[in-house]
Amino acid sequence: MRGSVLRSRGGLSVRLDTRAAGVVLLLAVLAAALAVALIGTGDYPMSPGEVLSTLTGGGTAAQEFIVNDVRLPRVLVGLLVGAALGIAGAVFQSVSRNPLGSPDVIGLGQGAAAGALTVIVLFHGGTYAVTGGAFAGALVTGTAVYLLAWKRGIHGYRLVLVGIGAAAVLGAVNGYLLTRADYVDAARAVVWLTGSLDGRDWTQVWPLLITCAVLVPLVLGRGRALRMIELGDDAAYALGVRVERTRLVLMSAAVLLTAAATAAAGPVAFVALTAPQLARRLTRSAGPNLLAAACMGAALLVGADWAAQRLFGDRLLPAGVVTGMLGGGYLLWLLVTERKAGRI
Amino acid sequence: MTPAKNTDNRPAGKDPMQHRAGAPRLTAEGLTLAYDERVIAEDLSVAIPDGSFTVIVGPNACGKSTLLRALSRMLRPTAGSVLLDGQAIGSLPAKKAARILGLLPQTSVAPDGITVADLVARGRYPHQGLLRQWSRDDERIVDESMAATAVGDLADRYVDELSGGQRQRVWIAMALAQQTPLLLLDEPTTYLDIQHQIEILDLCADLHEQQGRTLVAVLHDLNHAARYATHLIALRDGKVVAEGAPRDIVTADLVERVFGLRCQVIGDPETGTPLVVPTARRTRTAGAAPVAVSG
Repeated sequence: MRGSVLRSRGGLSVRLDTRAAGVVLLLAVLAAALAVALIGTGDYPMSPGEVLSTLTGGGTAAQEFIVNDVRLPRVLVGLLVGAALGIAGAVFQSVSRNPLGSPDVIGLGQGAAAGALTVIVLFHGGTYAVTGGAFAGALVTGTAVYLLAWKRGIHGYRLVLVGIGAAAVLGAVNGYLLTRADYVDAARAVVWLTGSLDGRDWTQVWPLLITCAVLVPLVLGRGRALRMIELGDDAAYALGVRVERTRLVLMSAAVLLTAAATAAAGPVAFVALTAPQLARRLTRSAGPNLLAAACMGAALLVGADWAAQRLFGDRLLPAGVVTGMLGGGYLLWLLVTERKAGRI
Repeated sequence: MTPAKNTDNRPAGKDPMQHRAGAPRLTAEGLTLAYDERVIAEDLSVAIPDGSFTVIVGPNACGKSTLLRALSRMLRPTAGSVLLDGQAIGSLPAKKAARILGLLPQTSVAPDGITVADLVARGRYPHQGLLRQWSRDDERIVDESMAATAVGDLADRYVDELSGGQRQRVWIAMALAQQTPLLLLDEPTTYLDIQHQIEILDLCADLHEQQGRTLVAVLHDLNHAARYATHLIALRDGKVVAEGAPRDIVTADLVERVFGLRCQVIGDPETGTPLVVPTARRTRTAGAAPVAVSG
């Protein structure tokens, strides 16, 4: 048996997969380090030491303004969006038993985009209205896909196929809305569609933080039941898991997390798809690896934003472009090396 | 004096209270089983004798797997009820039911990259909680289950690297680790080679004889059923045609009534249990075919 076990005299026991716990810790530290580096990056560069002392209340007034009012909320949005997408992706992939069953593939990103574009193009709405529109779009899409895919329970392939169908329809709607948009709206829409952390402030942080604070523990609490569902519905049911109820709760939570994340940062490409896969390969542990996926998502997104600014020297290059390149490239590399090692 | 003595000597089974306590743990009464509108069985009642190795047989689409799904609470009956220890099984808390009654489903999915030990350990789920994740008992029982099914040597191997027979033994080990007095198996030998079929059935017989578990299995092969079962339930069109010990009920007449197959029933030369030998078509008998070729 892998890992170690902590047991109390009263008969309580907690099982710890040592490698998985190490990976989670490492990824969390990495995400935090990248966050500090990201706060120090920009037109007014700061060293990590300066960032840390400012965060703990020891900076100058100018530093405090730059860190606390401008860059910290942007970084927090990045961390939260990454974590939410990572854990939501892990839930969807586990429930659908398919690595393609992630929120961006089954149409939630397109749904959020349809909501946002409707607000931008048809109503010329402001930032808050766009956020609300994106949230509602993702939520409606998630519900519709669940209902359409339901046939005596939710099954992996049906969910993915129905989701791809929904994504295609919504993609067409989004294309139509873009052609109807005037020049200014279209430019706004395209920036939103790429997924970016630019200009995010505290008004985006709070709703996202509350959503994550409620839903992430809820999802983690059902992680053990989700591990059983991966054995097939019948086997899970025989083991005493209330399969449909658990799945409904988990999928609702994952849709809400995706909706909140997409509303805050736009449809950031590839994080929900890649983070759980990367996490699983690092922990080498079967199962949804929820916490590792969340930490991986956070590190990936903040790392992408940092790379967009630092390596490409372009403050306006959206993080979504880099997540696609970084995450996708890393996943391809992993798949190729694993194929050589004989394990897919 | 004499009447009092008589009362004392009365066989336990005849006393109403005793009889209730001695009723089988798993029974089904007046079941109507249906998928949506399609009715599979109506007014179906069965009782699984405690300590038996019960095998359900019948032709395709006779409702045997459906009955097993109902007995294992996967399928909610449209009417009637499945009783476990006298209580409707659907009303029991899911984990409690899973500590009494286990199921080896026909199709299970081994998650990618799961090891044998990890899979077998998942059988302990109904005995665990958030604060009781892995007790010493869990560890011991998982080891014992792997030993009982002879997969202990494979503990650190990946399940998807194993052969079909090994994999099925691993799934049985997982069901054993659940430590349920009742274990239901849905076609446990399907997709296996003949030697692995026998290996799995011998394993089931050992579990029944040595560990005293009540087993209920759906099997396709009537001869396997007749050899291994202590109690046989023959179904056709959702109705019980016959039930009892194979030696008592398996006759050429029964096989014809249940399967529509003409046959002889002879004694199994190994075990003496009934062996069904299908009647051959006339063209194949008495060397008719070679004569036709040479002529």
